[in-house]
Amino acid sequence: MIASPKTTSGSRPPRRAGGWAEFQRRYAPYIFISPFFVLFFIFGLFPILFNAYLSFQEWQPGTGLGDMKFVGFRNYTDNLTDPTFWLSLKNTAVLAVLSGLPQHLLAIPLAFAVYGGLKKLQNLVTAVYFLPYITSIVAISVIFFTLFSWQYGVINAALNALHNIPLIGGLFPADKINWLGEKEYVQPSIALVVIWRYTGWNMLLYLSGLQAIPKELYEAASVDGATGWQSFRYITLPLLRPIMFVAVTLSLIGGLQLFEEPFILTNGGGGAGQAGLTTIMYMYRTYASYSDAGVAAAMSWLLFLVIGALTLINNRLFGRSGMAGGN
Amino acid sequence: MTTVSPSAGQPEQARPAPARGFLPGLPRFAAYLLIAVGAVLTIAPFYFMFVFATHSRTEIFQLPPPTWFGDNLSANYQSLMDRVPFWRNLWNSLYLAVITTATTLFFCTLAGYAFAMYSFKGRNALFGLLLATMLVPGTLNIVPFALIMQALGWIDTPRALWIPGMASAFGIFLMRQYIGSAIPRELVEAARIDGATEFGIFRKIIVPLTGPAMATLGLVTFVQSWNGFLGPLIIFRSSETYTAPLALRTLQGIANTDWGALMCGVALTVVPLLILFAIASRQLIEGLTAGATKG
Repeated sequence: MIASPKTTSGSRPPRRAGGWAEFQRRYAPYIFISPFFVLFFIFGLFPILFNAYLSFQEWQPGTGLGDMKFVGFRNYTDNLTDPTFWLSLKNTAVLAVLSGLPQHLLAIPLAFAVYGGLKKLQNLVTAVYFLPYITSIVAISVIFFTLFSWQYGVINAALNALHNIPLIGGLFPADKINWLGEKEYVQPSIALVVIWRYTGWNMLLYLSGLQAIPKELYEAASVDGATGWQSFRYITLPLLRPIMFVAVTLSLIGGLQLFEEPFILTNGGGGAGQAGLTTIMYMYRTYASYSDAGVAAAMSWLLFLVIGALTLINNRLFGRSGMAGGN
Repeated sequence: MTTVSPSAGQPEQARPAPARGFLPGLPRFAAYLLIAVGAVLTIAPFYFMFVFATHSRTEIFQLPPPTWFGDNLSANYQSLMDRVPFWRNLWNSLYLAVITTATTLFFCTLAGYAFAMYSFKGRNALFGLLLATMLVPGTLNIVPFALIMQALGWIDTPRALWIPGMASAFGIFLMRQYIGSAIPRELVEAARIDGATEFGIFRKIIVPLTGPAMATLGLVTFVQSWNGFLGPLIIFRSSETYTAPLALRTLQGIANTDWGALMCGVALTVVPLLILFAIASRQLIEGLTAGATKG
């Protein structure tokens, strides 16, 4: 930057400054924000448009752009008639629910417990619960891969030990579960890892929501003779709803784009019966292994439509009304 | 923005106990039990990571599985180094994370300052557009990203990852919030009257005063870069350019995996972040939840 000559009229209102200083002040903000918009056009908007164009072409990457062939909607129909695509979509949806729902069912009571029951240890506990969220998913998935081992895994050993405890033993399976080797258990295994990773994160969101509720409201309510349940029902729940909506939306969008956990846990292959093959995984495979860029691009738009539709439904159900219906 | 804990600098005030019974049907001991069980389950995988890193492959897969440290750490470490150039991979991760963080801090603070301190034509519309870009799922970008980097010849180079992410919408949003609320406009006006250039104001006034927000954004950016997988998976193609997570994936992918060595690598990947988190957990938590809970 060039330094401007120092103006000596110190008390002159800045609005009236002329020449270079004026020019600078007018255009500086545009220059300062331009990197974001330039990068967004190059690496954000352009790729998406190119992706749209590509989804109507047949093309093998590496053969040069000249070899693109317009095929109309064929990439889309190819996907829609591909049983593996539907399977991946079903897996994605099941995993999103299987991993998404328990996160919140666990995180909400946890947040209440931390909020209501802890004072001194609160920072330590929140830090512990936050650890999974900042740890590399690849590292986590590799650890769980060993924990899930069928014959020698820690998880089966722990379940077995729990099974041998009198009274509550019946709650736990007697036989070893072949977590990553059997079709029925691949999805629960992946879901467990996702739940483990994001429950603390959601707990933190709910906790910050609880902490934002003014204490005076509870005090006023108890002065008015409200029962605990009524305070919960008429103060806590309604005021927690916005954050609940945010947390659920984040889980939904994240869950539908699951890639790393299933990829590592099934060793890149999708697992028994391809039960762990998510749509992003299948898209990656279509592009990287089958070199079918057009079909992969079309797949990404189909997944985008699904994410958009489900987000919209979620907004309708929980966004403005809903939830407060009680019971 | 809601905070999870009192900000540094404020004395920690004892929170008034919440009105008794605001949560029906959860007695105190049940709350403690729930928190404790959850904490144990959260910590357990980390514990086993360290335990397994000190055992040989045969020891890891025996009955019952080991629950205490063994003495095979140095052999595991040696085996890891024989299989992959792991220090090189860690260095690649570090290089990428540092350069991503530095460039992100510069461009996001600059743009955040512009959005917070200037009134210019189209400001609100442009900021709205910026926020809207956060809503687009990454799904649509994966295939074209790979193709564009191929076309640019950026495969196997870190810049393929740090240049696109240099000015993130989230970062600009965070910096704008902070600058708008923490730095008085009069300061900027005064500097202007003294004849400072616009960029000079940014350099001499804004940068020194945005330390806390920069630390938060820097930590978040660093962590996300360090843990990244899909981006590096698309870009890096050789064991020399792999980042640490990619090297771990390669180790796991080969037949006859040496699990002890792999766990050693996992621990080397996770420990730096654990240290970082121990130093600055509060700021990291605030930064990461800020995006979701702008109250």
